[in-house]
Amino acid sequence: MNKKRLGSIALNSPYTVWSVIFIVVPLFIVAYYAFTDKSGAFTIDNIVQLKEYKEIFGISILYSVIATLITLLISYPFAYFLSRQSEMSRRLQMMLVMLPMWMNLLIRTYSWMNILERNGLINNFLGMFGIEPIKMIGTPGAVIFGMVYNYLPYMILPIYTVMSKIEPSLLEAAEDLGCNGFNKLRRVIMPLSLPGVVSGITMVFVPSVSTFYISQKLGDGKITLVGDAIERQMQTSYNYNLGASISLVLMVMILISVAVMNRFSDEDGGMVV
Amino acid sequence: MNSKNIIELKNITVEFDGEKVLDDLNLSIKDKEFVTLLGQSGCGKTTTLRIIAGFIQPQTGDVFFDGKSVKGIPPYQRPVNTVFQRYALFPNYNVYDNIAFGLRVSKVPEKEIEQRVKEMLALVNLQGFEKRSVAKLSGGQQQRVAIARAVVNQPKVLLLDEPLAALDLKLRKDMQNELKNIQRKLGITFIYVTHDQEEALSLSDTVVVMHEGKIQQIGTPIDIYNEPENAFVADFIGESNIIDGNMISDYKVSLVGKTFDCLDKGFEANEPVDVVIRPEDVDIVPVEKGMLVGEVTSVLFRGVHFEIIIDVAGFKWMIQTTDESKVGDTVGLYIEPDAIHVMKKSKYSGKYGDYSSYSDEMDKMSEIEEVDE
Repeated sequence: MNKKRLGSIALNSPYTVWSVIFIVVPLFIVAYYAFTDKSGAFTIDNIVQLKEYKEIFGISILYSVIATLITLLISYPFAYFLSRQSEMSRRLQMMLVMLPMWMNLLIRTYSWMNILERNGLINNFLGMFGIEPIKMIGTPGAVIFGMVYNYLPYMILPIYTVMSKIEPSLLEAAEDLGCNGFNKLRRVIMPLSLPGVVSGITMVFVPSVSTFYISQKLGDGKITLVGDAIERQMQTSYNYNLGASISLVLMVMILISVAVMNRFSDEDGGMVV
Repeated sequence: MNSKNIIELKNITVEFDGEKVLDDLNLSIKDKEFVTLLGQSGCGKTTTLRIIAGFIQPQTGDVFFDGKSVKGIPPYQRPVNTVFQRYALFPNYNVYDNIAFGLRVSKVPEKEIEQRVKEMLALVNLQGFEKRSVAKLSGGQQQRVAIARAVVNQPKVLLLDEPLAALDLKLRKDMQNELKNIQRKLGITFIYVTHDQEEALSLSDTVVVMHEGKIQQIGTPIDIYNEPENAFVADFIGESNIIDGNMISDYKVSLVGKTFDCLDKGFEANEPVDVVIRPEDVDIVPVEKGMLVGEVTSVLFRGVHFEIIIDVAGFKWMIQTTDESKVGDTVGLYIEPDAIHVMKKSKYSGKYGDYSSYSDEMDKMSEIEEVDE
């Protein structure tokens, strides 16, 4: 075996060890629990039981898809205009995008509870004009808003990265060949930014569909997503086997959707997931 | 040749950050002409091209296509197409789709597109490359795709921004011939930007020499070479010895303390002038037959000829000849009257034309800098 190969194995080994202990082994443990009962005997009962969770899966996917679409609609034009600006203004605005991420997810979500509550900031403000309090906490809107707010940077970043790699001369070439603004977007900018959009969608959809904290706090316990169902099995019912089977199915679903997304972008598009 | 002006630029001034890039530029371009904008980087040649394409709006002045002002008309509505310096091919499309791009935008039926793209591929010798990814093409092939992508739209005017700058020497020469052929076949106007004076001389019907945002001279390649307007042009186009002289009377000029016959007239008596003598127009002769006498200080073999530097009373002349001399030889110089070209003094007088600091290396360094503009 040559030295170069040995060297690269040596360099990779810390991560290899890490991923085996903390990623591969736990995956097997999840699978083991999903297909066994409390006594450790093989069973597919846990999987069969999942049909009771149809609705929860459906709602989770629906909310995450809506949240992902909203983040995409906000991020895409923003990333485009940002990528065409001066270095200074780019940096400043990028910092503003990242700023909320410096704070913990829990703290951010608690803050939104305070803002959206019945006696919260918004309703107090509206009350000054004699407007009746609006119910926001506990609605699907609040949960979806929480997802959009928390995961927006993950959509902006990858799209901005591919946008800023598009050479200005390509846009000039498109104009030179007869493209007005709309055609330029459709024929050059959109196809070239697709890989960023695909990673963005993946990076927003995956955490959204598995979140439990956002739905608990902003959903006021009235909205149960898959993440909440898993948490309940693990923390309240101590039914690790059912919890594991929900997790496993969720993982498989995410895997399939990521695979489908990746088909949309070309093979050397620099995928994140 | 058709004498109709297809493009006219009138009193164009462009400033970037308070710096004048183009200074009251006027230029007329005739239909079916091959015009080259020639100059060093920063002379305003690319800016001029971009004004014609519509990417830059001049602060003052106006551009006319066929006599009509195109002020405010965006690039996508102008009857011109551009071949960009680094080709700017769309990486997400293959060769066929790149060439078909402009036709698809203007909604030409697919059947006609197929036929026109085929014709273009034949024109640029890329048959069979339809399905190739443009990223996998060589520089020369990308260049051809860029040309095909532009001319397939049948523009009246093709703008080329240093299209050969990124190619190596051999390929550049081949592509020069090919470009000239393509222009003849299509019978459209080419406006070509380059810093390479050889390229400009061999390709163009008309050369526009630019410097510091101003046009220094417009003329045929032969005029530009033989009758340079001022010391800048003389120095920039080819090699030249530029010597201070004095016009004694019509057809008589004095330089280095001697009087020479020449073919120039119309100057005032005793008017100080710049005299250009091309290195290939000077013969080395035995001392007793020489009009001037000097000492050889350097000899370089260039393949076709020797490049010899001769010190005549402190001024270093460059001479190109097929006869070898040796460093240290004292030789005579012989100059025919028609080899002497007299120019009026300009602000460039005294800046160019002496080979005291001449070295190959400096030449090469400045060439590399100029590729990127």
